[in-house]
Amino acid sequence: MEVTQVLLNAQSIDGALRTNAEENLKQFQEQNLPSFLLSLSGELANEEKPVETRKLAGLILKNALDAKEQHRKFELVQRWLSLDANAKSQIKACLLKTLSSPVSDARSTASQVVAKVAGIELPQKQWPELIGSLLSNIHQLPAHAKQATLETLGYLCEEVSPDVIDQDQVNKILTAVVQGMSGSEGNTDVRLAATRALYNALGFAQANFSNDMERDYIMRVVCEATLSPEVRIRQAAFECLVSISSTYYDKLAPYIQDIFNITAKAVKEDEEPVALQAVEFWSSICDEEIDILEEYGGDFSGDSDIPCFYFIKQALPALVPMLLETLLKQEEDQDQDEVAWNIAMAGGTCLGLVARTVGDDIVPLVVPFVEENIAKPDWRQREAATYAFGSILEGPSPEKLIPLVNVALSFMLSALTKDPNSHVKDTTAWTLGRIFEFLHGSATASPIFTPANCQQIVTVLLQSMKDTPNVAEKACGALYFLAQGYEDVGPSSPLTPFFQEIVQSLLTVTHREDAGESRLRTAAYETLNEVVRCSTDETAPLVLQLVPVIMLELHNTLEGQKLSSDEREKQSDLQGLLCGCLQVIIQKLGSSEPTKYVFMQYADQIMGLFLRVFACRSATVHEEAMLAIGALAYTTGPDFAKYMPEFYRYLEMGLQNFEEYQVCAVTVGVVGDISRALEDKIVPYCDGIMTQLLKNLSSNQLHRSVKPPIFSCFGDIALAVGEYFEKYLMWAMSALQRAAELSTHTAGDDEMTEYTNSLRNGILEAYSGIFQGFKNSPKTQLLIPYAPHILQFLDGIYMEKDMDDVVMKTAIGVLGDLADTLGSHAGSLIQQSLSSKDFLNECLSSEDHMIKESAEWAKLAISRAISV
Amino acid sequence: MAPHDLRRPFKRAAISDQQKRRELSLLRQAQNRRDAQQQARCLASSILSLQSPVPESEPEPEQPDIDLETAIEAEQESGASSKDLDVRRASKLRGPEVRKWFARQLMLPEWMIDVPDRLSQDWYVLARPSGKRCFVVSSNGTTVSRLRNGSILHHFPSALPAGAKTRDGSGSAQSYCILDCIFHELDQTYYVIDVVCWNGYSLYDCTAEFRFYWLNSKLEESGACSPPSYYHKYRFSAVPVYNCDQNGLYTAYTGVVPYAKDGLLFYNKHAHYQTGNTPLVLVWKDENCSQYVIDTDSKGEIPSQQQVVLELQDNGKLATSDDPPVVFGCLDADMIQQSGLDSGNLLRFAISDGGLSFSDGKLEKADLNYLGKSNRARAFADSYSKILFQYTVRHSPLKIDDLLASINSPDDQENKSCDMEMAG
Repeated sequence: MEVTQVLLNAQSIDGALRTNAEENLKQFQEQNLPSFLLSLSGELANEEKPVETRKLAGLILKNALDAKEQHRKFELVQRWLSLDANAKSQIKACLLKTLSSPVSDARSTASQVVAKVAGIELPQKQWPELIGSLLSNIHQLPAHAKQATLETLGYLCEEVSPDVIDQDQVNKILTAVVQGMSGSEGNTDVRLAATRALYNALGFAQANFSNDMERDYIMRVVCEATLSPEVRIRQAAFECLVSISSTYYDKLAPYIQDIFNITAKAVKEDEEPVALQAVEFWSSICDEEIDILEEYGGDFSGDSDIPCFYFIKQALPALVPMLLETLLKQEEDQDQDEVAWNIAMAGGTCLGLVARTVGDDIVPLVVPFVEENIAKPDWRQREAATYAFGSILEGPSPEKLIPLVNVALSFMLSALTKDPNSHVKDTTAWTLGRIFEFLHGSATASPIFTPANCQQIVTVLLQSMKDTPNVAEKACGALYFLAQGYEDVGPSSPLTPFFQEIVQSLLTVTHREDAGESRLRTAAYETLNEVVRCSTDETAPLVLQLVPVIMLELHNTLEGQKLSSDEREKQSDLQGLLCGCLQVIIQKLGSSEPTKYVFMQYADQIMGLFLRVFACRSATVHEEAMLAIGALAYTTGPDFAKYMPEFYRYLEMGLQNFEEYQVCAVTVGVVGDISRALEDKIVPYCDGIMTQLLKNLSSNQLHRSVKPPIFSCFGDIALAVGEYFEKYLMWAMSALQRAAELSTHTAGDDEMTEYTNSLRNGILEAYSGIFQGFKNSPKTQLLIPYAPHILQFLDGIYMEKDMDDVVMKTAIGVLGDLADTLGSHAGSLIQQSLSSKDFLNECLSSEDHMIKESAEWAKLAISRAISV
Repeated sequence: MAPHDLRRPFKRAAISDQQKRRELSLLRQAQNRRDAQQQARCLASSILSLQSPVPESEPEPEQPDIDLETAIEAEQESGASSKDLDVRRASKLRGPEVRKWFARQLMLPEWMIDVPDRLSQDWYVLARPSGKRCFVVSSNGTTVSRLRNGSILHHFPSALPAGAKTRDGSGSAQSYCILDCIFHELDQTYYVIDVVCWNGYSLYDCTAEFRFYWLNSKLEESGACSPPSYYHKYRFSAVPVYNCDQNGLYTAYTGVVPYAKDGLLFYNKHAHYQTGNTPLVLVWKDENCSQYVIDTDSKGEIPSQQQVVLELQDNGKLATSDDPPVVFGCLDADMIQQSGLDSGNLLRFAISDGGLSFSDGKLEKADLNYLGKSNRARAFADSYSKILFQYTVRHSPLKIDDLLASINSPDDQENKSCDMEMAG
């Protein structure tokens, strides 16, 4: 096959030619994979071939080795590993050869493919000579090959995990990379490639960063690179510093003064891409210190793995003026540009993080700047002053801030209506939102929202909702937090007198012609949702009146025919917002008996609308309508049965939606809602649901986060249908048992431990539901054979000592359920189990109320089981 | 390798409302799941069951007075027609039904006519307060006490779990308590002598040892022992329970308590809470620890001859309320017809000079003299142990010294526990 021509055709502007070429490539790949890959690598390595075909050949090779989706990736890895060894070594030889090609695109493509192959083979202990041969090249090759080799090392470090490469090779890689970065390297491209490679190699340098001399050397080279005459090198070097700030925070103390000087210089005078990285360094230090201080939990006796060095606190007197300076460098119209990111935005964001890190100390450093600039004729000064004030509202204590806010509030309210500059108004509305978010609430001692100013505040915010979309969006945001402050206000809310007016204004906003800009419509609905969530009994009749209004809106979205794909997307977004709003209203009205009763008159119509929304088929709507249906099922209870015949197929569709796993997860949750609502009336649908759930569990395509809720859902169903669950018992139990074996031990990082715990919790909730479901039935003896394994699972996770509180509570409950349902059959098993007694005692003396309560229940159930 | 994107959220709340809606849904689902599970756990297999009467034996529904005979009939005919009913459903019953239901839920002690084995090892003793025996049920923010015949004594707020509508609304809808109490008029206090359900959890199938442990730790914790207040109308108090060794028995017998004593109660440590008569709880009294040792008549006077109430059975036999009933005699058909008696009637007799005669420890003959039908308020016939206790009190009473002596006797040290019959 003449691969060059096919590859050229595949990039032709002639559609027919292109399709034909793609078909040819596909056939070739299917008929003879080794030969296909071999000719691609040959094409890539061949200096006679056109650069476009070489690039495309490399790209197809890369895609034959890796994919985004987990399961597909796994398949490709297996496919490569089982490929003929001879073919593989020829392909690899071609790839390595290409690294020294004079054609830069060919080199660069090859270096990525080499890294992909390494990502597959190194963990299997294959291709052991790779790193050695790359490193030996570095000292001999022409500059362009050296650059490609360093680039390859960088990609390689990105692909493989540090434990795959032994320390000796790590040392060699780092030596080569850091040498490539140093001033002695004359070639700019090589230096840049080395600097970017170091960024990826930093994760491999744990041991080297613990060695003072090596660390000093690396840090010196990185700092020198930040002063390079080449801007891309300076930027890459600062990226390295940012990465070091989070990976090696605890090793930074000796260098922090130098780094401050370097970053201050960059922020002041360097080009923006570099200055942005310099600011990011300090933002990243803030992230670290905020995390550490949070782990201290406010008191300093607590411990964290890493001590806090208070770099921000020490740098504060110099850092804050530097950041305030950046605030004055705003771009015109940055608020209308969704992707804008400039030094003023980065500096302001960093200032906010600094405030969260140091608290009160920042206030005296910022207040003079605010006072000096807030009333200046230049809008940049007014905006910078307002932004500075807004950004320090989270962090410092209310005692420190409230007096300032009380002084500033009326100025802000007047600026929001009168300032001639839209940018200033935008930031003012945002600042008001921050005031309400952090300093306002029904529980605060000195309220911001008082009888004296409430009318003015509401009037100004509602007025601003008619301003330009970006300002109106911020005003909605401010109202959102104003409402949120009265979340737990009790029977009467200060917002009650304004409720009607607020709702009306928000609905008006949603109908603005330009509501599609700046997220305005979304913000208006979100605010409406929060206003409803935080409303009290006083305004329940008004919330009820809102039901037909939103229903009509939803109805109107269903009328349009023959929509373009763009219109279809807009329709689906709007349906999502409206279903979300109905969900919030249903949940609100369903939570008290009298309103629930009145609400129920709409249930049939609402369900009808949801079903029509499903019929429009769009993923996002699907999810929002599904969430809303869950709330509806909870509210209607057993009456929901009448909707099941029509709804069921959408439920099944949701459960089958692997691609959008959120939709699948939400649907699993709704199955739980429906089980509780219908109880045994769910039986006719159980075959379909259980089959699908079991299928989902055994699929490796489904996102793992959906699996724990599926197990919990088994419990919900079992509890609902009782002994009827017998039909599925064997299947469910064997799936549970497999998962239990896998989740007894946790392995890996915190994230993995967290996942394992959520899996354990799902499994345990399933056991609980099954045991309680079978209780009092003549079929409880069916469960006896499973008891030893379940007790063993409980023993296992108890021994691991890494349960979180939720798992602990569920686990001890399962012990009780087992005893409760199996009675004397369980008594002896429990007495024989290794750790039941210790586990129970530990839970009984837990500080956690929920664990203790579950443990007392378990104790009671066990004592009954044993005493029989 | 392209530079890395470092944009951070700007002027944006960190969380989207959609994410918030998802999370709130998950929260609600988790809460609902917890509630469902909690409810399932509380609908314990062991909870009381109401055996609904078979239709033909049902009394006229309008009948205002509680007709306990019917309840007893229903109990005797129980079986196939029985349906499980938990306490919360029972609490929804109205009028006579609910009284009937509660009337059958108390554990009734037998009278101590001889000293049980292993008294000091297997038994507790407590000084029984004198007063009205009742069931106290707290649920749904209110507390109701019901007498033995099912009628309501008080309806009040209490600090028991779910016992009052307080602002913090502690306790879920499923939460409730059932306590076995004696209401002591003088200090207006409910003395708790047993616990049947606590905060939704059934303790029926738990041993007395466990129930008392639970009661002691929970009652105090709940605040129910505090002095009366707006949300807590009557004080509750636990009764001190002792191991029935010499010290314990002596303390219970002579110790000063804030209430008037009415005899001593003995609880077998291993016994579950069993409704109706049980030999695993015993009552004993003498003049030192009770004002009412010998039964009085309706005028409050001690009749010269011991009186007993027996139930007339289908075949004319006169039986006690025990299960199985003990037969004390027989009426002939003529006599039944003449006096217009029906089976199931409770009849009053005096024990004449012939007294009771025994052979091999079993009742052989009773010299009975028919007095008439018993008071309508009576729910049950007398139990065998009660008749015998009253008989011995009049003739050769079991004295405190006998009890103390039995604890010391070597007999008691012998291991006879394998003969013990458990109620569970």
